[in-house]
Amino acid sequence: MDNIISANGLTKNFGRTVALDGLDLEVARGEVHGFLGPNGAGKTTTIRILLGLIRADGGTARLFGGDPWSDATELHRRLAYVPGDVTLWSNLTGGEVIDLLGRLRGGLNLAKKDQLLQRFDLDPTKKGRTYSKGNRQKVALVAALAADVELLILDEPTAGLDPLMEAEFRRCIEEDRLSGRTVLLASHILAEVEALCDRISIVRAGRIVESGTLADLRHLTRTTISAEIDRDASGLNGLPGVHNLVTRDHKVDLEVDSDQIGDVLSKVAALGVRSLISQPPTLEELFMRHYREDVPR
Amino acid sequence: MRSLVGTRQLVRFVLRRERLRLAIWVAALTVTPVGTASAFIGLYPSEVDRERLAATVGSNPALVSFLGPIYDSNVGALTAWRVGTIGSLLIGLMAVLTVIRNTREEEETGRRELLGSTVLGRHASLTAALVVASGAGLAAGGLIAMGMMGVGLPASGAIAFGVGFAAAALVFAAAAGVAAQLTEGAGAARGIAIGFVGFSFLLRVAGDGGEASGIGWLSWLSPIGWFTRLRPFASERWPVLLLFAGLALALGFVSYRLSSRRDVAAGVIPPRPGPATAAAWLRSPLALGWRLNRPSLFGWSIGLAVIGMVYGSVADGIGDMLDESPQLAQIFEQLGGAGGITDAFFATAMGIIALIATAYAIRSVLRLRVEEESLRAEPVLATATPRLRWVRSHLIYAVVGPVVMLAIAGAVAGVTYGAITGDVAGQARKVIGAALIQLPAVWVVVGVAMAIFGVLPRLTSVSWGVLVTCLLLGQLGQILQFPQWSLNLSPFSHIPRLPSADINLVPLLVLTAIALFLTALGMRGFQRRDVMS
Repeated sequence: MDNIISANGLTKNFGRTVALDGLDLEVARGEVHGFLGPNGAGKTTTIRILLGLIRADGGTARLFGGDPWSDATELHRRLAYVPGDVTLWSNLTGGEVIDLLGRLRGGLNLAKKDQLLQRFDLDPTKKGRTYSKGNRQKVALVAALAADVELLILDEPTAGLDPLMEAEFRRCIEEDRLSGRTVLLASHILAEVEALCDRISIVRAGRIVESGTLADLRHLTRTTISAEIDRDASGLNGLPGVHNLVTRDHKVDLEVDSDQIGDVLSKVAALGVRSLISQPPTLEELFMRHYREDVPR
Repeated sequence: MRSLVGTRQLVRFVLRRERLRLAIWVAALTVTPVGTASAFIGLYPSEVDRERLAATVGSNPALVSFLGPIYDSNVGALTAWRVGTIGSLLIGLMAVLTVIRNTREEEETGRRELLGSTVLGRHASLTAALVVASGAGLAAGGLIAMGMMGVGLPASGAIAFGVGFAAAALVFAAAAGVAAQLTEGAGAARGIAIGFVGFSFLLRVAGDGGEASGIGWLSWLSPIGWFTRLRPFASERWPVLLLFAGLALALGFVSYRLSSRRDVAAGVIPPRPGPATAAAWLRSPLALGWRLNRPSLFGWSIGLAVIGMVYGSVADGIGDMLDESPQLAQIFEQLGGAGGITDAFFATAMGIIALIATAYAIRSVLRLRVEEESLRAEPVLATATPRLRWVRSHLIYAVVGPVVMLAIAGAVAGVTYGAITGDVAGQARKVIGAALIQLPAVWVVVGVAMAIFGVLPRLTSVSWGVLVTCLLLGQLGQILQFPQWSLNLSPFSHIPRLPSADINLVPLLVLTAIALFLTALGMRGFQRRDVMS
């Protein structure tokens, strides 16, 4: 497979703090890859290793097939980066920063820049120190999105954006996906990842605990079913794939493994269904499950 | 008094933030004069020795210009003369840095807003900064007074000496309070306030150096001049304290007036919108470095040009003083002619200018760390910019900036002096040479700062300690008879004292080689280490 990013067993310690503990990450060409995890899980550390800003203590990382540490300069021509914490030079205007970063990268699509400035409603004539957090974020976003590069690395890019701008950001990423750009999107905003990403890697305490398409991941989880039925539901007890069965009068609540859902539903139907609510697992449940349970390290 | 609600808590908070820094400042400010006094006692025990010292140095117009007049030959008066000017400069610096850091810098970073949303009066933050800075000044003054009494000097002189320090701190803190209201950026506010301290110093240098040319009154316009004229240990003139009090109150009043008229985070001078697109030349790390370093390069160059002009015009008055005293002229004749004393004056003057240029150079190296720490380096290094190219884009200001500044200051001093004496070309060449020969020593300090940045980035600000060490060794080392090996530690001690001395290439080449080695070490270190905040 044509992987833009591939990391194997990355480790990184800061003093006694273990930031990465054998992290693996594969991002294929042309996909929007969600890199999901709470604060401090190791997302930013991974990105900084991929950018060659810090060096991994162990493991290997390849970016476009090259070494992110020793080939940094050449690799950086092919990517654009939005840091999680955007600080600007206080005496440069937003417009100057956008142009400068673009030129340092080797070029900027000017038409696209103007279009993005409008879409994000950003005033490029203000000095760095006078921007609000959201506007600083927009400066970094416009600078990255307007670059003609193969890969975007975005570290919590919508922090500080209002909902309108967040929606605009999603439209931009959708367009990038269509044009075949690869995106690594680090985030802890589940709705954003759910809406945008082809594949997802969930990181916890410096390790990937789950990786795959949203459908793959859902497959590993349970669908919640609530039904009102005519007959006695005790027959459902002990069926393969059924968990947390609760029956009260004519109501039944249960969770079912996604691969058993057909069998279980037909059994429920046989009991005379009056109403039925079925909820697919959300990313949130998936996520919470990984973070509630103690994953052995 | 509503506007002061919360000041007490804020004072505690500021003290908590500043405790280590202020402790070091106060300790250094106390140890320097008290140590100098006890060294004088040990080195010049008899009245005869001291009179001879006072007569020699007191009749040296260059020293009088830099350090002020000597009013008496007792140990206290000698100490006050030797460390009074530099002490009030340093305590002024402490006051300014403390006030700006806790007012404008807090606003610029937005931390002030976090506090402002709690129960906090409008003036609480300014007041707390002024209270802490003045408090540190008072503490230093009190310790100095006790220390001077401790080494056996008369109480009234010791108290005047200590109070003078505290009064200088008060005035400069209030000046910083005004500067903090003027601009949105902390850097600019700091520049204005430090400019005020430097200007006070220059007024005194011009006044005391130009006594013979009838501009002695200039010293009376300068708080640093007042400190001298308080005359500690030489029949103190207490009413001079009223001048300090008056100026401090006036500046304090202005700062509170300005503060109540403006919004939080806004300055009195409003920001203007800038260009929507970057100029065509803004396309490389070097160009970004130019854009970021340009204001400070211009500011410092102008400041040094002004200092050069003052030195150039004072130098002529020094010649005049010799004319009035045939005996002195005879002494200097033996030392190399009447030209000898102006040459010595320029050598000393350019040494001081070199230290100021070194401060600029350290600041430029430290900007690398500031950029790294504030995460602004990260987006640049994530573009196709190699690490060393980014380092060079700032380092060039540390290396070339002092060349420009020393050349300008030397040229202005030489041309000014030459215009008065009617030998512009000759004097300019001489003084520019005296200025530029300092460069290898400046570069050694740059190398030290760069090596620390590359290898031990968290300790980068220790570089300031290197500069202060050079300053103290150069200023006090000889008169306090420090051992020669310790004097040799300062790279500046190896610089030939042009224009009168011969150029010896060996130390210059060795210093340059050391500077190159240290810089290369730092670059190599940075290339191998993590970028970290």
